Amino acid sequence: MGAVVEAVGWGWRHAGRRAWALRGLDLVIEAGERVLLLGPSGAGKSTLLGAIAGLLAAPESGDDEGRLTVAGRPAEEAHGGAGVVFQDPSSSIVMGRVGDEVAFGLENRSVPAAEIWSRVSAALGAVGLRHPLSHPTGWLSGGEQQRLAIADVVALAPDLWLLDEPTANLDPAGAAMVRDALRELLVASSATLVMVEHRVGPLLDMVDRVVVLEPGAGVMADGAPAEVFARDGAALRAAGIWVPGGAPGRLAPPRPAGRPVVATRALTVAYPGSSRPAVDGVDVTAYAGQVLAVTGSNGSGKTTLALALASLLAPSTGEVRFLAGGPDRPYARWRPRELVKLVGSVFQDPEHQFVAASVEAELAVGPLRSGVAGAEVRRRVGELLDLLALAHVARVNPFTLSGGEKRRLSVACALATDPVLLVLDEPTFAQDLRAWETLVALLADQRDAGRAVVVVTHDDALVRALADRRLELERGKVTGPGARVGTEGSDETAPAR
Amino acid sequence: MMRVVPAPLSGTPLSRFNPAAKLGAAFVVMVGLLVTADLVSASAVLFAEILVLPASGVRMRTLAVRAWPLVLGAAGLAVANVVASGASSAEVAALSLRLVAIALPGVLVFLTTDAVDLADSLVQQARCPARFAYGALAALRLLPLISDDWATIQRARRARGIDAGRSPVAKARLFVSGVYSLLVAAIRRAVRLAAAMDSRGFDSRRPRTCARRQSVTRRDWYLLAAAVVVVGGANALAAAAGSWHPLVG
Amino acid sequence: MDVVVASVIAVTGGVVFWAWDQLWATTAVAFAVFPPAHAVMYGVWLAPGVLGALVIRRPGAALYTELVASVVEALLGNAWGVSVIAYGLAQGFAPELVFAAFAYRSWRLPVSAAAGAAAGLAAAGLDLVYYYGGWQTDWKLAYVAVVTASAAVVAGVGSACLVRALARTGVLQPFAAGRRAPAS
Repeated sequence: MGAVVEAVGWGWRHAGRRAWALRGLDLVIEAGERVLLLGPSGAGKSTLLGAIAGLLAAPESGDDEGRLTVAGRPAEEAHGGAGVVFQDPSSSIVMGRVGDEVAFGLENRSVPAAEIWSRVSAALGAVGLRHPLSHPTGWLSGGEQQRLAIADVVALAPDLWLLDEPTANLDPAGAAMVRDALRELLVASSATLVMVEHRVGPLLDMVDRVVVLEPGAGVMADGAPAEVFARDGAALRAAGIWVPGGAPGRLAPPRPAGRPVVATRALTVAYPGSSRPAVDGVDVTAYAGQVLAVTGSNGSGKTTLALALASLLAPSTGEVRFLAGGPDRPYARWRPRELVKLVGSVFQDPEHQFVAASVEAELAVGPLRSGVAGAEVRRRVGELLDLLALAHVARVNPFTLSGGEKRRLSVACALATDPVLLVLDEPTFAQDLRAWETLVALLADQRDAGRAVVVVTHDDALVRALADRRLELERGKVTGPGARVGTEGSDETAPAR
Repeated sequence: MMRVVPAPLSGTPLSRFNPAAKLGAAFVVMVGLLVTADLVSASAVLFAEILVLPASGVRMRTLAVRAWPLVLGAAGLAVANVVASGASSAEVAALSLRLVAIALPGVLVFLTTDAVDLADSLVQQARCPARFAYGALAALRLLPLISDDWATIQRARRARGIDAGRSPVAKARLFVSGVYSLLVAAIRRAVRLAAAMDSRGFDSRRPRTCARRQSVTRRDWYLLAAAVVVVGGANALAAAAGSWHPLVG
Repeated sequence: MDVVVASVIAVTGGVVFWAWDQLWATTAVAFAVFPPAHAVMYGVWLAPGVLGALVIRRPGAALYTELVASVVEALLGNAWGVSVIAYGLAQGFAPELVFAAFAYRSWRLPVSAAAGAAAGLAAAGLDLVYYYGGWQTDWKLAYVAVVTASAAVVAGVGSACLVRALARTGVLQPFAAGRRAPAS
C-alpha cells in the first residue's frame, strides 16, 4: 500500500489572513510510522494536522496550493477516517455521559446498535477508564476527559491517529495518565501516528520520526529524533522548539522577601452546591520582590486561591488582607477602580479580559479607569507596546492577535496600572520556547522591580526557573510544609505573616 | 453559580413514557385549549390534570419549586386583565386558569424527561434530522462551560477596573460588553466542538444508527389518546354549558 | 458546523437570559405582577433568532436558533411548559419570512431591524391570543407597538451591531458574516 499521507508542494492560507501558514511542504508518511510534528508557534502544525484530518476545505476555510492526499484520496474527503484527539477536551466531548460519548462515533459509522455497547466497553477498558457508562462527562478531570477522547478514537479503530497537543491543557498527573494510555495502545496497534506537541521529552519513546516545520514555509528538519536533535538541536532551540534537555534552569537564586503584600488567614472558599470547599483553611502570604508559585493538580483549588488573592472571589470564611495600601474596606469589597490600581490579574484565557477594539485602547483601559491623566496614559501605553513587542499591532483588534501576542497583551494590561501585586493563572500554557523565555524574563523583571508575583501553574519548568517560594495545594488544602523557599525541597519555611 | 440542566426525575411512572409522545400530549392540550377562552373548559382540563398528578409520580414539593413562577404569572395576568380589559371576572379567571392548564403538562414533561432521550426520540419517532437534534444536544453540553465563561468574564471586568456603578445605562452597557465577550468565547468553543464532531464522522450524508432505542408502547398511544379525549371533552362540556367562545384576538 | 454554532448561539442566549434576570432581579418581580410591563425588554428574548440568521446566513437559521433557545429554556426548568416552544417557533419563523423576502441575500441593518420587528409582532400576537385577548383595542395596540419597537431595536439593530463587532474579532471567519470585514 502506498504512503498514508503525501504532501507535494502543499500550502495553506487561512481565510482572511495575509500570510501563508505553510508553503511548499513536501512530506511523505508511510503506514505504521510514528511521527512527531514540531515547530515554533505559528509554524502551521495544527493546520497541517487539521488538513490531514480532512477538516480544512478550500475555499470556505482558506486557500490551498499543491496537493495533499491521505490514503490516496484528497484530504478533504477523508474526514471521519482518521482518529483525532484535540487539545481542549472540554470542547471536544460531545455527549453528557461517558458511554454515549464513545458510542457517538460508532453511531456515525452506522455500526449496528447491538455491536455498539460491547465496543464501547472495550474502548473504555483499553484507556483505563473504569467509570460506569452513565457517568457524567462533566465530572471527569482533564486527564480523564482526554483519555475519554482517546477511547472515542480507539473504538473506531482507525489506521491513522492524529493527536494535537493532547497533554497541553493537563496537569502533570493527567498528562502522565494520558501518555501511559497512549503508550499501551500504540504498542498494541500498527496504526500510523502523527502527533503535535510542544514539550517533547516525555514522548520521544513513542515516536520514531521527527518532522520540524517552519512558519510560512515547509519542512525544516526531518529524521529520527536522536539524529535531528543532535544535528540541529541548537538551531531548533533558537527557533523556539522545546528541544529535550534544553529546558532552562533557574534564572537566579531565590530572592529574600520584601514587605508582605497580601496575606490570607484560614481562607476557605466554597462554591454554592459543591460538596467540599474549593479552598480549605489556607494560610499564605505573598511578599514584594518574590515570585510565589501555587501548584497542584486540576481541581486542587489553585485558580480559586488566585481569584481570592486578587479580590475576585469573596472568602466564605477566613480572610484575605491586602497589606500594601488601598482603602480601608475589606479586600473583597474594594471597588474595581481601587483594585486595578494595586492588583493586576492575568487570566488563563486572555480573551476573557479583552474589552476594547484595539490593542492601544485595551492598554489604556486600566490606567484610565484608575484616574491617570491622558498624557501619562499615552506614555505608559507607548512604553508597554515597546516592552512587550506589540508596537506593530497597536491598532489591531485584540481578538485577531496570535496566541503569544494575546498572552503578552494580557500581561501588559495587568502591568499598565503599575500594580503592587500581580496574579497570573497558567501564563505559560501552550507556548513555544521563545515565547516562554520572553515571558519568564518579563516576570523576573517585574519581581526585581519590587512587585509581588503570584503564579498559578502546573508548568514545572516555570516553577524551576522563576519561583522563590512554592505552595502546593491538594483538594483545597495545603500539602507539604506550606509555602517554602526554593523549589528543591529546601528546609526553610518563609514566615507566614 | 452555573447554569446546568437539572437532572430529570427518573423512576417516576411518567419517566417511562416515550418523550415524543409526552411532548405530543402536552401540545395537544395546548392547542385544544387555545381555541377557546372560557372558564368551563379551562377548569375541566385543569381538574383532570390535578387528578392525574399523583399518578405521574412527581411530588408536590418538586412541582412547587419548579412551577411557582407560573402561579405568580397567572395571578399577575389576572391583575393585568382586570386593569386593561373590560372582561367579566369569569373571563379573567378563565384566562389565568387556562394559562396554568396549558403549562402544567409541559412542566411535567420536562421534569421527567432526559435531554438525550428527548433527542433520540425526536430523531426516531418524530423523524427529526439527526444533525439538528444531536447538534443541539452537543451545544447543550457546553452550557455549564459557557455559564462559567460568563462568571469569568464578569470577574475579568472587575479585575480591569471596570464597573457600572449605579447608573442603569452604564449597567446595560457593561452587560452588552459582557454578552459580546461571551459570544466570542462561545463561538470559539462551538467551532472546536464542530471540528471534533466532524472528525468523528458526523455527516449529514451518511445514515447513522442509534445506540439507545426509544420504544413506543401502547401506553404512549393511550397517553396521546387521553390528551385528545380530555381537551375534546372539555370543549364539548363548554359548548354544552353555553360558555364556549373562541377568543377573538 | 452551522448547526452547532447556531445551537451554541441559542444556548448562549439561555445563559444571557438568566444573567439578565439576575441583573434586573427587582424588576423581574415587578414584571411578574404586571406582565405587560416587560414589553419594553421583550427584545432580549427575540435576539437569538435574528442573531443566528445574521451569523449563519442560511434559510432556516433564524427559526432553528430561536426554536433551540426555547427548548433549552424549557429543559432548564422554566415554568411555562410547551408554550415556550410554541413561542419559539413563531418568534423564529417571523424573522425567517423577512429574510426570505429579501431572498436571503441582504443582511444589512434595516433588514435586521425589520426581522426583529417581525419577531416582536409574532410574539405580541401570540400574547394577545394567549393572555390579553379581552383587552380594549387601544391597550392592545399600545402593547403590540411597544413590543415590536423593543424587538426592532434590541433584537434587530442590536443583533446587527453585535454581529458587526463579532466580525471584527475574527471569530466569524468560518462564516460569510466574518469575511467581508477588513483583516485589522
